[in-house]
Amino acid sequence: MSAVWVVVTSVALYLQKAAGLAVPSHWLDRPWIRRVLGLLPVALLAALTAVQTLDSPDGPVVDARLAGLAAAAVALALRAPFLFVVVVAAVVAAGLRALT
Amino acid sequence: MSVVDPVAQVRAARREGIGLGLVGVYGVSFGAVAVSSGFEVWQACVLSLVGFTGGSQFAYVGVVSAGGGPIAAAAAALLLGTRNTLYALRLSSLLPPRGWARATAAHLVIDETTAMALRHERSAARTAFWASGITLFVTWNVTTLLGAVGVSALGDPEQFGLDAAAPAAFLALLWPHLRTRLGGGVAVAAVGVALGLMLVAPAGVPVLAAGLVALIGIHPRADLAVPRS
Repeated sequence: MSAVWVVVTSVALYLQKAAGLAVPSHWLDRPWIRRVLGLLPVALLAALTAVQTLDSPDGPVVDARLAGLAAAAVALALRAPFLFVVVVAAVVAAGLRALT
Repeated sequence: MSVVDPVAQVRAARREGIGLGLVGVYGVSFGAVAVSSGFEVWQACVLSLVGFTGGSQFAYVGVVSAGGGPIAAAAAALLLGTRNTLYALRLSSLLPPRGWARATAAHLVIDETTAMALRHERSAARTAFWASGITLFVTWNVTTLLGAVGVSALGDPEQFGLDAAAPAAFLALLWPHLRTRLGGGVAVAAVGVALGLMLVAPAGVPVLAAGLVALIGIHPRADLAVPRS
């Protein structure tokens, strides 16, 4: 893997964040922008959850990750703390793979 | 929630932020996945130290692992990373106004710290942002290194369920929003868009396109900022 690309991509990822802070803050004065930006993390987090649970180099697949995610949902419904939720997902996915 | 002592709120925000920051230990999964995809240990560490945005890092490594070139991988990572620009815009007024403090704060603007800051009011929100951001930065980078170095000794990271850690963390961040009708509806629609596009679009596109669902907020009644009960 090209080392230069790793560095360039990493720096660009930082600059994306800095760009958001460089934009004039009065952009947020418009209520519709505030509403859209409020909903944006909801849409992206939902999509990321689905994509990272199902994606593979050969397209979407159902595997032990989905069982891990289901276990995480149960833990969340029971108001478990963050780290516990993540560990439960990993343990369930690992356990299922060990059994199959 | 009734009126609460602001000092207690800040203290609670700090505790919550540090607690969330500990989730960064799933950096071990990034380090392990990166090295088993053919990256050097130092390359995994640069992505975590300088890039520092898990979703994009996993996307970058994932595209390379799937046989994509460096430009396709960078594009996938940066498409995903555009949400950090929007998060920064959202948090702009909350963060230090200028100088190194603002440049440092920018680096910590990611899914987790944004979700954390938006759960609190003004000064507690700042505390939640910094507490979660600094803790996450440390745990994410230390465990990236451990995962990258350890993978040759431990073997396949999937064996330990490490690939299930990232989606579980995203679901945990999303969870509070699912209780509102608007939040739940937007989440379901976004998942629908992402899953549909996964079949046809290159890596990175489904998530970004799903972000367009947030445009429902152009409608005046599509407002998450409802009064708290």
